[in-house]
Amino acid sequence: MTEAATYAPIYPELVLAIGAMALLMFGAFTRETDDNAQLGGWLAIVILAVAAGMILAQPAETVTVFNGAFIVDPFGRFMKLLMLAGSAFAILMSHGYFKRHRALKFELPVLILLGTVGMSMMISAGDFIALYLGVELHSLVSYVLAAIRRDDVRASEAGLKYFVLGALSSGMLLYGASLIYGFTGTTSLAGIAAAIPPGGVPSLGIIIGLVFLLAGMAFKVAAVPFHMWSPDVYEGSPTPITAFFAAAGKVAAVALLTRVVIAGFPNAVAQWQQIIVFAAIGSMLLGAFAAIGQTNLKRLMAYSSIGHVGFMLVGLAAANADGVAGILIYMAIYLAMTLGVFAVILAMRREEGMVEDIYELAGLAQTDLKMAAVLGVLLFSLAGVPPLAGFFAKWYVLAPAVKAGLGWLAIIGVLASVVSAFYYLRIIKIMFFDDPKPAFEKSDAALVFVMGASVIFTLVFVIWPGPSILDAANAAAVTLKF
Amino acid sequence: MALTAVFFYLFATLAVASAAMVIVAKNPVHAVLFLILVFFNAAGLFVLLNAEFLAMLLVIVYVGAVAVLFLFVVMMLDVDFAELRAGFIKNAPIGVIVGGVVLAELIALFVARGAGPVTTAVKGSPVPSGVSNTEALGLIIYTKYVFFFQAAGLILLVAMIGAIVLTLQHRKAVRRQSIPVQVARTPANAMAVVKVAPGETGMPAEPKGQG
Amino acid sequence: MSDWTANIWEYALWLAATVGLSLALLVGLLIIIAFLLLMDRKVWAAVQLRRGPNVVGPFGLLQSFADLLKFVLKEPVIPAGADKGVFLLAPLVTAVCALAAWAVIPLDENSWGRWVISDLNVGILYLLAISSLGVYGVIMGGWASNSKYPFMGALRSAAQMVSYEVSIGLVIITVLLCVGSLNMTAIVDAQRLGPGTMVGLPGSIFDWHWFALFPMFVVFFISALAETNRPPFDLVEAESELVAGFMVEYASTPYLLFMLGEYVAIVTMCALSAILFLGGWLPPLDIWPLNAVPGIVWFLLKVVFMFFMFAMVKAMVPRYRYDQLMRLGWKVFLPLSLIAVVVVAGFLHAFDLAP
Repeated sequence: MTEAATYAPIYPELVLAIGAMALLMFGAFTRETDDNAQLGGWLAIVILAVAAGMILAQPAETVTVFNGAFIVDPFGRFMKLLMLAGSAFAILMSHGYFKRHRALKFELPVLILLGTVGMSMMISAGDFIALYLGVELHSLVSYVLAAIRRDDVRASEAGLKYFVLGALSSGMLLYGASLIYGFTGTTSLAGIAAAIPPGGVPSLGIIIGLVFLLAGMAFKVAAVPFHMWSPDVYEGSPTPITAFFAAAGKVAAVALLTRVVIAGFPNAVAQWQQIIVFAAIGSMLLGAFAAIGQTNLKRLMAYSSIGHVGFMLVGLAAANADGVAGILIYMAIYLAMTLGVFAVILAMRREEGMVEDIYELAGLAQTDLKMAAVLGVLLFSLAGVPPLAGFFAKWYVLAPAVKAGLGWLAIIGVLASVVSAFYYLRIIKIMFFDDPKPAFEKSDAALVFVMGASVIFTLVFVIWPGPSILDAANAAAVTLKF
Repeated sequence: MALTAVFFYLFATLAVASAAMVIVAKNPVHAVLFLILVFFNAAGLFVLLNAEFLAMLLVIVYVGAVAVLFLFVVMMLDVDFAELRAGFIKNAPIGVIVGGVVLAELIALFVARGAGPVTTAVKGSPVPSGVSNTEALGLIIYTKYVFFFQAAGLILLVAMIGAIVLTLQHRKAVRRQSIPVQVARTPANAMAVVKVAPGETGMPAEPKGQG
Repeated sequence: MSDWTANIWEYALWLAATVGLSLALLVGLLIIIAFLLLMDRKVWAAVQLRRGPNVVGPFGLLQSFADLLKFVLKEPVIPAGADKGVFLLAPLVTAVCALAAWAVIPLDENSWGRWVISDLNVGILYLLAISSLGVYGVIMGGWASNSKYPFMGALRSAAQMVSYEVSIGLVIITVLLCVGSLNMTAIVDAQRLGPGTMVGLPGSIFDWHWFALFPMFVVFFISALAETNRPPFDLVEAESELVAGFMVEYASTPYLLFMLGEYVAIVTMCALSAILFLGGWLPPLDIWPLNAVPGIVWFLLKVVFMFFMFAMVKAMVPRYRYDQLMRLGWKVFLPLSLIAVVVVAGFLHAFDLAP
């Protein structure tokens, strides 16, 4: 039993992996009906909930297993809970959509569960090999999910684009990792941190490796200049899957990036900070300006998420515990807002099918005031209007940056946020002041639930969940070594 | 060992030469065949490094399975060779630049600055004393690296599920053979003895067509 | 300098010994195959109440040599649209790969040492690797002929061989679990002790793996038939559908090489079954007159027995349909052998029998 006890820190991941395989058996040996597929989805949500419960029950300490390849610490647990929530809500929202497109497959929840295992590995990765395997597991699931509606041309295109560009980024990641391995002689983050002397300049090989590594990870978080895949993939993929990418996938990728640079390169801050600052500026500005011309809501959300990643990178550029706490808070709020917006997009359904253009929202306030109000609140929050949650998200990443002497970066952030407010407010204007278009069909209960939960979170963040999340994030952030 | 050196240069030269042929071969099938030759030479190099297990796996997996499927697909594709070559010439400078940069980087790093001190110590031999290469691999892959091993297994599982999800389709109109049903047939449920009176057919009456 | 020359002489001696032994093995093998081919035809004929080849030499014993001469003396025909290089390379690949497999097959182990050209640590993997290369000869031949039937035969063969390799690999894993080594000689040696000796019998046929792993022996035998494109799985050259499959356009020596490669591969599979499941060169009962017989005799007898089984299957079983073949490989053998790996590993672990 002692042998089993040493594996206690990975029990949640084991539950996910074994649950996924059990679900696969369930799907393979039962009849292929919509009901069974939906039951599989609900079972997957239960499995995710069980895993989340086990993560909550884990003691708040840093434990490593497998010779440091898998790190369980409060930072990782915080991110994992967010990621599990993102996956669970994506499955929840997927039922109605896929049922209506007659593409309900039991493999979908199985793949999402396996992807969740991969993301868990990414979040907890303490070793380049674990990092790479986690990234690949998650990416492979993402490629398949993007193209899961294989009769849909755009979905197939999205899957293929994602696959080709993803393979390229994995290549860069590996190239960087192997260079760093070559110059430090170890693949573990702790070992790499120890191999770079404090105060000195790391050898050229390590720096070049670091650049490639960051390029690969920037692709995964969709930061400029490696963002180009995300609008196409977000637009082409089935909407619940896009929600999965935007919510869960983003959490894992940001957590990975944060852990690698903070835990692996604490003595090379000056080197990676420049890159992160560059990516942050690029992402914020591109997210703000490129979204102005978009009329497809999913594409717009892609640019919006690029912008938000830029803000998170500002927190990372601060390179201190406050900045990381800011990332955690930002991630939690971003997750809630994104899921809410995607629930609204999924509810934009007329008799002839799904619509995604922002002008289809015209006059929504007159046909469906509740939905218009929900989207309005979420958009205000995304734009960062106080006292909604989105404001605090931006505050907690920009403030540490100012404190760390990156005031000019914070100013660029504020300016970008002002520009981005334009396109968020334009949608609100279309909803409330334009001539109404035909009403949408009635939303599924699941979507209404997600919208409600999201909007309540956004509205009352400052009173209730906010302070406790803040405490948790602060406690979690200090567990990464600085 | 002089003999090892001879074989090293043999395998290395052949590998590089066939890799070049993979790119310049006009016929895609020839290119794949040269690719197989590259795999072979790489396996040979592994043997010279005393990593015979990896060498055999390379041949079994890459040559025996992956390349067969490659060849399979390439043979069935009707590729326009001239068009392919035009693209090759057009894109060659970019490829040369990228390849050159990476090569220059590697040379600069490993020749001019040398590998890090830790790396040199770690490099060592693939064969620890006392056990064969295969055993050594087995001893760590299921203990020290079990996490990576299982994770790699999950990745392959996802690949398999993905391939099936994206390609398998059940057509309703296709009749399928069910062996258990065929085997379970008995005279009792497959035949009926019918008493036929003279002048009758014994068959159910068929609708009258233009017949 | 003297070191260097001494080394050279050592290498030269080693090289000469290896080449000499290889040649001896090949010549012996080819002669044996000539007679096995005759046996194949005789068995087939006997099942069909015919007499088989009976004109050349006494009882037709020299028939194979007559065939060889005929093939070699004919004109090789190369179709105009064929890819000449690949077309001629294909039979060579088949024959060379089939013959190369014999480098690691041990024939005996006695006071002289191990009767094997190269005593590889990963012998069984080498064999698996080389036997999986046989498919290239077929694919290249089928494609290079630039003709429809050969191409279809090649496609069938590629799918078939890749499919059955999987179950062969898993069956071999079950055997290796009981042995604890990838070395071919060690696999035979491991069969000295087994269920029979555990209950107090002297070494006997009950110690060999066929007894403990009987279902896997059956799976291996059938997969071996498919892997070598033997009837009832000879869809590659199914004469009623594809005329002669990938060999349609071949004549003369290239055709001879294909046939040679095919039969060598079959004998390799027989030898592999003898080594994995039938105790290699071990006598059927480890008592006096039997264990005084040289091991190689037992080994050859076992190979011939397996070949007889191959020939009987060819004579008696009708050809499979292609979808049935795939169904058998993927839906029956693959799960069966996977389960067997788990069961065998679990059994060995539970009873602490693992080597």
